[in-house]
Amino acid sequence: MAKANAARAGSRASSGAKRAPTRAKSGGRSAAKGEVRHDPEFVQLLTPEGERIEHPEYSVDFTDEEYRGLYRDLVIVRRLDAEATALQRQGELGIWASLLGQEAAQIGSGRALATQDMVFPTYREHGVLWCRGIDPIMPLGLFRGVDFGGWDSRAAKMQMYTVVIGAQTLHATGYAMGIAKDGKVGGDDGEAVIAYFGDGATSEGDVNESFVWASVFNTPIVFFCQNNQYAISEPVERQARAPIYRRANGYGFPGLRVDGNDVLASYAVTRRALDAARHGEGPSLIEAYTYRMGAHTTSDDPTRYRIASEVEAWQQKDPILRMRRFLEQQKIVDSAYFEGLESEADELAVDLRARVLALPDPAPASMFDNVYPHGSAALAEQREQFAAYHAGFEASTVEASTVEGGDH
Amino acid sequence: MAETMTIGKALNSGLRRAMEDDSKVLLMGEDIGKLGGVFRITDALQKDFGEDRVIDTPLAESGIVGTAIGLALRGYRPVCEIQFDGFVFPAFDQIVTQLAKMFARSGGRVALPVVIRIPFGGGIGAVEHHSESPEAYFAHTPGLKVVSCATPHDAYWMIQQAVASDDPIIFMEPKRRYWEKGEVDTSRSLLPLHASHLLREGTDCTVVAYGPMVRVAVDAATAAAEDNGRQLEVIDLRSVSPLDLKPVYESVRKTGRLVIVHEAPLTGSISGEIASKVAGECFYSLEAPVMRVTGFDVPYPPARIEEEYLPDLDRVLDAVDRTFTF
Repeated sequence: MAKANAARAGSRASSGAKRAPTRAKSGGRSAAKGEVRHDPEFVQLLTPEGERIEHPEYSVDFTDEEYRGLYRDLVIVRRLDAEATALQRQGELGIWASLLGQEAAQIGSGRALATQDMVFPTYREHGVLWCRGIDPIMPLGLFRGVDFGGWDSRAAKMQMYTVVIGAQTLHATGYAMGIAKDGKVGGDDGEAVIAYFGDGATSEGDVNESFVWASVFNTPIVFFCQNNQYAISEPVERQARAPIYRRANGYGFPGLRVDGNDVLASYAVTRRALDAARHGEGPSLIEAYTYRMGAHTTSDDPTRYRIASEVEAWQQKDPILRMRRFLEQQKIVDSAYFEGLESEADELAVDLRARVLALPDPAPASMFDNVYPHGSAALAEQREQFAAYHAGFEASTVEASTVEGGDH
Repeated sequence: MAETMTIGKALNSGLRRAMEDDSKVLLMGEDIGKLGGVFRITDALQKDFGEDRVIDTPLAESGIVGTAIGLALRGYRPVCEIQFDGFVFPAFDQIVTQLAKMFARSGGRVALPVVIRIPFGGGIGAVEHHSESPEAYFAHTPGLKVVSCATPHDAYWMIQQAVASDDPIIFMEPKRRYWEKGEVDTSRSLLPLHASHLLREGTDCTVVAYGPMVRVAVDAATAAAEDNGRQLEVIDLRSVSPLDLKPVYESVRKTGRLVIVHEAPLTGSISGEIASKVAGECFYSLEAPVMRVTGFDVPYPPARIEEEYLPDLDRVLDAVDRTFTF
């Protein structure tokens, strides 16, 4: 896995030719034809057509190596995600929550993290896990049902997946309060927290409470909302009447909307927000405007609540397609690069599949592990009874096989 | 060194000592700073330890527990005050789905040393939601431990032991006993946190209680001895989860009779768990069915009739009498 994440995109230390944007952004989403204006409510650096555009506040120069690194991330996490979906269809995972369509929001924000930053995810942040250098088998272990995730949250600087919607935003805020108490804000080496959640979560009390806490305690946190337009079947209109990012204003901190299918813009705005947080400028909200191209999970049937033309329209804004167009148009890579990357992703997927199939079921008595740091005499008693019950079967199995053996 | 103090003051002194012992200990809650809490349990602590360690939080209980979890993940040891028992429910999700389960979720890597203090129980003439006994909800949740103190000595030591524990602890404080005085030996604790305590020896019937009902059980034992010479053995459970029932089994094997007392409603309560365990362990020793003296399965009643709801000396003695009719 070290190889897989060797090229960390966004490293400012990397050298190489910097490619300036081709032109200033023309025409915000609602701009009249021919009118040139910046839409301050929507940060975009790469159009669906693959055109690199400028933004007055969020300009970032990437090297060719960084462009390639980001593209590689996008392709690999989508390939591994497809493999996980296939594994679920074949009965090898109980369920899978696909990130299809949200790769740019996750890779862009994930690569913007500094090593010392802490991540609080939902259960769909497979792309962010990848950016953190966590073995991609970890979330599959969770969805296969062999553990609760398995990675070391302290070493990886990424907390465990949280299934209860929005609950992690409060943990993230408390953790950020701790950073401030530790005096770890105020410089380039300051620490920041990023809390992931979705459009559905914005209706949860916990998310709104975390906004209050983060604001009044001025915590170093970035709230990163992936608005993928759906909370299972419910469209975002059922969660919010006004754009989600504007809520930040009511809580007293800045919010913005970014094209969540644009990995460059997602990187730029997240990096800016994290840096502001680590320098003591407090919280901010990023609404990454994206689209869940697949189902909520493999148990879902999105054809019951959305029409095909909507999905097709978003496919034109695909995060990987636009990046590929850009790389081709700018001749940053040649066709052999794409073939090589495809082979690499396939190999990783094959390896992942083999390792998932080899994952052993946990020992039954392991359910009694890790309930209490200090243990519990009452629970120890239950464990003993459980072990004795199972030992009874083993003893009778041994007896039976002994008898059977005696017959021969 | 013995000092006389109230339960409230003992908790205050215990918290102070916990904060002196470990700079990672934080207090969080509504009105706990300048005001010192609505019951003054944190009186003067903000003045002495600063606003960074004694934090007046926004008014949102889920936020208190949720951010405490985050602070614990960062290495702090937060002690949350829930202002009244009936206000813990907005935080219920954070306590049950997060605080209780995150040690397991982390694969045993990350402990969450969070204490949640809840003044609980009735008898103070309060309005709705200020007199409840929600301990069974938490005792039913694996990953949490639940304790309740009944004396100033235990208040002083148990709060310190709870803060020092890496387990998430729900700390139920007997609010109507806050002002009762007793001796506190500040030099030694005598008992670990999750041990029950034989308070009064007797031979005829065992009475088990915790929190605010311990006083009722002790008073009943005194009255029984005076009334008809019956010697009641009184055990203070102290730990509601996990239960330390060995002293209860030993007692019941001796007395053959058991009365369990708590304020919480009857159905699904701690007393049912104890009765089941005792029936299993002491089946051949029991002279009578296990009796329970509890609140009723009703919303906590208006204050003018709360004394009819709360177990008292007479109801306990009535139950004891009934154990002698078999």
